[in-house]
Amino acid sequence: MIKKFFTIITVLLFALMVLPLLRQIVPFEELAPVAVAYAEQGPDQLGAANLVTSVIVTYRGLDTLGEVTVLFIATAGVGFLLRRDEEDQLPGEKNTGESTFETAGESALHSPREASELLGSGSMLLFPLLMLFGVYIFMHGHLTPGGGFQGGVVIASSMLLLMLARVSFHLNHLIISLVESLSGFFYVAIGVLGLVLAAGFLDNRILPLGEFGTLFSAGAIPIIYSLVGLKVGTELTNVLGTMRLTRAQQEEDV
Amino acid sequence: MSLVSFIGFALILVGLWGMLTRKNIIRIIIGFSIIDTGIHLVMVSIGYLPGRTAPIINSAVDKAQAASQIVDPIPSALVLTAIVIGLAITALMLTYAVRMYRERTSLNIDDYKELKW
Repeated sequence: MIKKFFTIITVLLFALMVLPLLRQIVPFEELAPVAVAYAEQGPDQLGAANLVTSVIVTYRGLDTLGEVTVLFIATAGVGFLLRRDEEDQLPGEKNTGESTFETAGESALHSPREASELLGSGSMLLFPLLMLFGVYIFMHGHLTPGGGFQGGVVIASSMLLLMLARVSFHLNHLIISLVESLSGFFYVAIGVLGLVLAAGFLDNRILPLGEFGTLFSAGAIPIIYSLVGLKVGTELTNVLGTMRLTRAQQEEDV
Repeated sequence: MSLVSFIGFALILVGLWGMLTRKNIIRIIIGFSIIDTGIHLVMVSIGYLPGRTAPIINSAVDKAQAASQIVDPIPSALVLTAIVIGLAITALMLTYAVRMYRERTSLNIDDYKELKW
């Protein structure tokens, strides 16, 4: 009871704290000066039709590199925490730990049910389309809403569909980690190239800007975003695969 | 104060309430996600300008007068970053939940007293 009281007090105090902020948010009439600069110089300077993309990939490209790094570390953390348990468990503990885990869903763990006809056929139909759509989204990130992160998530969702539909489906971890590492490496390499050939780190003008509004424009932005898309897609696939693999592994160990 | 920013703040409070009152770890994580969504809404609403269009130069936006026709692209870029980080953090927290369940077969936060004083 007293705990509930304190909870209410906390939430109310937080509300009091943010209320003045809420009142200060008035619809702006004009853009902020930085945004005006981006809007006026961006298209001619970088050649990207999508200004959000030019902000993310080039003007604040270093932040995006940090973001990709955070995603990578989180993925590594997921893989580390869900790794096979034998190595870090004492021999005596192993039995109790595993048996309690199994009782929760014993039948489901021992014989995973085959996917229904509907899910199987549907995934066969949708998988290539989703894959293509993901690639489309990250390749057209400089022209249309979308980009590497969104395209990567669509690719990961297509892989999730495949994992759901096929019990026997196994990820090829070699290819996944190869694609992930290489795209990360080339992302940084292109950034360093910008340092050498153009004005600074992650500058997209190492390639000709091309004709404004076409696919092959905006210098290195489509390439960087494609690499980001591949990296995010493989990373999220890896997360999904790790979470699924622990079930399959439990089954193997029995 | 726009409707969107108000909903965003309401979601932040709802999520905080959920995180403080729920006992189930999964529900606490859901509360965190609700706070996350609320913050995204507030950030997007800050960059919104009434009557303007998306910051993409195409047939709808004139390249020379772009600054007077588009909404602020910077909050959009920030929110995109925030969404991806939020996703990564949520995945990591859910992994912790799996791990904790394996150790004690319990998702009740009251069963974990190590950090309590």
